[in-house]
Amino acid sequence: MIPSAFTFYKPDNIEKAISLMADFGDEARVIAGGHSLIPVMKQRLTDIKHLIDLSGINEIKGIEITGNQISIGAMTTQVELINNEELFKKAPIIREASLQIADPQVRNLGTIGGNVANGDPANDMPGLMQLLDATYKLSGSNGVRDVKAREFYEGAYFTVREDDEILISISFDAPSGGYAYEKQKRKIGDYATAAAGVILKVENTMCSSASIALTNLSDTPVYCDKAVDIILGKEIDKNILNQVTEACVEQSDPVADQRGPVEFKKYVAGIVIKKALTRAIERT
Amino acid sequence: MDDVKTPSREERKSALSGLGTSRKRVEDARFTQGKGNYVDDIKLKGMLFGDFVRSPVAHARVKNIDTSAALALPGVHAVLTAADLEPLGLHWMPTLAGDKQMVLADGKVLFQGQEVAFVVGDDRYAVADGISLVEVEYDELPVVTDPFKAELKDSPILREDIADQKEGAHGARRHPNHIFTWEAGEKEETNKVLEEAEVVADEMVYYHRTHPCPLETCGCVASMDKVNGKLTVWGTFQAPHAVRTVASLISSIPEHNIRIISPDIGGGFGNKVGVYPGYVCSIVASIVTGVPIKWVEDRMDNLMATAFARDYWMHGKISATKEGKITGLWCHTTADHGAFDACADPTKFPAGFMNICTGSYDIPVAYLAVDGVYTNKAPGGVAYRCSFRVTEASYFIERMIEVLAQKLGMDSAELRSKNFIKKEQFPYTSALGWEYDSGDYHQAWEKAMTSVNYKQLREDQAKQLQLFKDGKSRKLMGIGLSHFTEIVGAGPVKNCDILGLGMFDACEIRIHPTGSAIARLGTISQGQGHATTFAQILASEIGIPASDITLEEGDTDTAPYGLGTYGSRSTPVAGAATAMAGRKIRAKAQMIAAYLLEVHDDDLEWDVDRFSVKGAPEKFKTMKEIAFASYNQAIPGVEPGLEAVSYYDPPNMTYPNGAYVVVMEIDVDTGVSDIKQVYALDDCGTRINPMIIEGQVHGGLTEALAISMGQEIAYDEQGNVMTGTLMDFFIPTAWETPNYETDYTETPSPHHPIGAKGVGESPNVGGVSAFSNAVHDAFKPFGLTQAHMPHDHWRVWKIAKDLGLHS
Repeated sequence: MIPSAFTFYKPDNIEKAISLMADFGDEARVIAGGHSLIPVMKQRLTDIKHLIDLSGINEIKGIEITGNQISIGAMTTQVELINNEELFKKAPIIREASLQIADPQVRNLGTIGGNVANGDPANDMPGLMQLLDATYKLSGSNGVRDVKAREFYEGAYFTVREDDEILISISFDAPSGGYAYEKQKRKIGDYATAAAGVILKVENTMCSSASIALTNLSDTPVYCDKAVDIILGKEIDKNILNQVTEACVEQSDPVADQRGPVEFKKYVAGIVIKKALTRAIERT
Repeated sequence: MDDVKTPSREERKSALSGLGTSRKRVEDARFTQGKGNYVDDIKLKGMLFGDFVRSPVAHARVKNIDTSAALALPGVHAVLTAADLEPLGLHWMPTLAGDKQMVLADGKVLFQGQEVAFVVGDDRYAVADGISLVEVEYDELPVVTDPFKAELKDSPILREDIADQKEGAHGARRHPNHIFTWEAGEKEETNKVLEEAEVVADEMVYYHRTHPCPLETCGCVASMDKVNGKLTVWGTFQAPHAVRTVASLISSIPEHNIRIISPDIGGGFGNKVGVYPGYVCSIVASIVTGVPIKWVEDRMDNLMATAFARDYWMHGKISATKEGKITGLWCHTTADHGAFDACADPTKFPAGFMNICTGSYDIPVAYLAVDGVYTNKAPGGVAYRCSFRVTEASYFIERMIEVLAQKLGMDSAELRSKNFIKKEQFPYTSALGWEYDSGDYHQAWEKAMTSVNYKQLREDQAKQLQLFKDGKSRKLMGIGLSHFTEIVGAGPVKNCDILGLGMFDACEIRIHPTGSAIARLGTISQGQGHATTFAQILASEIGIPASDITLEEGDTDTAPYGLGTYGSRSTPVAGAATAMAGRKIRAKAQMIAAYLLEVHDDDLEWDVDRFSVKGAPEKFKTMKEIAFASYNQAIPGVEPGLEAVSYYDPPNMTYPNGAYVVVMEIDVDTGVSDIKQVYALDDCGTRINPMIIEGQVHGGLTEALAISMGQEIAYDEQGNVMTGTLMDFFIPTAWETPNYETDYTETPSPHHPIGAKGVGESPNVGGVSAFSNAVHDAFKPFGLTQAHMPHDHWRVWKIAKDLGLHS
């Protein structure tokens, strides 16, 4: 469990980091909290020649809230997300979901940027960001650009990020309505067997806005647009919840692993989706 | 004035912290401060590191190994292959089970993770780089992972080295992939009873492959001193003396020139009993390079290559009268031993003590056969926190009791009670040949049933079932019962040996002039707290406070010969040796006291920490005074000093037992189980340190929880290990661990000097059955008879699905 040799860099501003990325191309990787990257380096599943640590770049840390606009620096740790009271007031689902990531030791180092940018479908934050319709700010040699979380993921560990781009921040509008993030896992520290996030609003018994996203149920996070179309404008009853759940499960495409076969995962997906829907509705 | 100064008998007794005291563990001060000294803490001058190139495939011919690129790498000193070891005769090594095992791949590999080459370099980094540069050409062969397919006519032959051998270490072999058939009991009589029985339950019970996974993995530092010819090996050895003897036999280094040291060990659980290629390669590399070599497994190596446990397919038939009196038991076990038979069992017992499988019950006739087979999996078959194959045996009988109860339509608690061996039947000879020393199973069972309010639990369960049937809940309640009898303390030299070494154990005591002492034993603590508890045994035996007694184990140059610590043998065997050595000290002390008090030996009586004159308690000599006298008085006919050694060959095994109850709630849709109650009553005979017993029970129950509810070593059909990291190999954290209630009865062993039986493994033996039975019990109303462990979410979900509970 020893990684192959690499050169370590710790730039103190984003320009330097980008310039290192531009110099080394696909031989370079940035490291944030390292909880995904270091294990694969130790197993030599990936060979990284240049490792660029982002922890010295203060400009991409911290949580900014202006009115309903929330912007989170990529190097903000999960424990900071959990402990920020203002963020909790504006978007309580962030704390609810963050508390279900791994364990306290991991959350002390793990960052939101690393969690979303790595492209691991098992991570919780990508689904959550699709749920919130967040925007990722990427900075590279060709400048800064915005990408919607719902358009960022292409496949497991494949995203639209270019080799020389670094995710610097994530922004979204404070959600309104009921919310829930439900996750079934085998034990503390495990990735989801199936997880689902729901945010919805009910006005005059009708669903006036909704968002649903799934974690670890496909090779990317799944934003359940078809299910959202079904529930929008409808009166919420048992029948509609069944239809919505079914539509979500239909959009899922899990793979078998030690957590269980596909059939089981789809079944449990249905259960966690329904639990999330029910709890979100209770909170409206 | 004198009254104030003179402590009472009780006060003197309590000052000793002897037997029955919840003395705090003396080991913990260093462990909790990070001051332990483990193998990986050992750093010697000039020390190099070694590690393995391991096979990525489960079965292949090794066509070529090219080490040139690795050797060209700066920092790499040597790369050993089987070809290098062959001239020394060390490319294969004997296993504890009478088989042999490749140290490094000799022409082929037989399991994923098998050791292929050993790279030696400056540090771990250079070695890891060297490993990645060794080019091995594999020619893949068909793989056998299913033990039931191992003996098919056209199955690939795994062990070509012994393909033509019709006779193995344990008798006839009927197929190149067959290792042994081992039988116990009366075959024909048992078949006859089964044929004529009123009721027979027939079930296949699988105890899956798992792994002890101690916190510290296996490792060693080997140092060959070429000046004085002495080899010193620090290693994670549960049996240091046995390692010394085996090392001498296979290396031809004289035994007095080998020193084996087990430093602090971070958990063993059977993982550190066997001899592994890493030890052999480190020793050879140290001889070759002339400098010390360190080898320490990483977690994946540990899970993939060293010492699996269980993997027994146990087909059982149990017969009874309509009233529920058991009349016979039959069992055929298919044992998946992996690529080499490296089971750590007493040599004459290729299936360990599986013939304890009649459990706690008075079963008139029984028959057991075990067939061991080779597959393309890692070797091992260790006793993971249990005596040899005792958890398998206990799980088997406790499942068979449940399926029989179902067949009889009888409550399984009542069925157990009806068939327990009665108190007055001890010593009891079982149908499969063991002599149970003592027990009061009915008392323990009744205490357990009362403590958990069994009747109320069944009523609650019925209510929950009704809610489920009415569609008001998706949860079922399960009540898991188990009563177990272990057989531990191997063992009597007449039938227990490892490679010819009788399984006695030893203790040597020296009393210092000022009345403190050092005791050395042939065992080695891996977390059990020997330094705490053995000092307590001695404190009670020789009247010296436990805190004044140093306990030392693990250095073969100083400790007396013993067979080590596993199979709950330390207290039954070494604990007995300790008491017996203490009694020798006391006998000599009595002579010294008699001389000092000018009375006859027989006029003295032992009184806690002193000898006093019978009828005149004010005339006495304390052990402290006697100790000093032994160093400064010329006593006619008595040698100076106060020392003793005892080698203890136990007359019998000990039979700890207990009654466990687990209550859980199971969500049939998610497969998630919520453990509501765990009650564990243990009878380990005399209780040396109740606090340590409680700790042992908590730890063992947690491992039992892990094994039954998720922990496994799984392979895919190509022989790839699917559970090579702690992400997939379940180790419960505090979060997953429920609350435990512990309880006890105390039935001393009649043949053990202090009546103690051993307890460290009981909770694993009894716990697995209780957890698993709870899962089965929840689904019993829907007709479930057997569902194999581990009961993780998806497998529990599958039970519900197959029973039609999802529609």
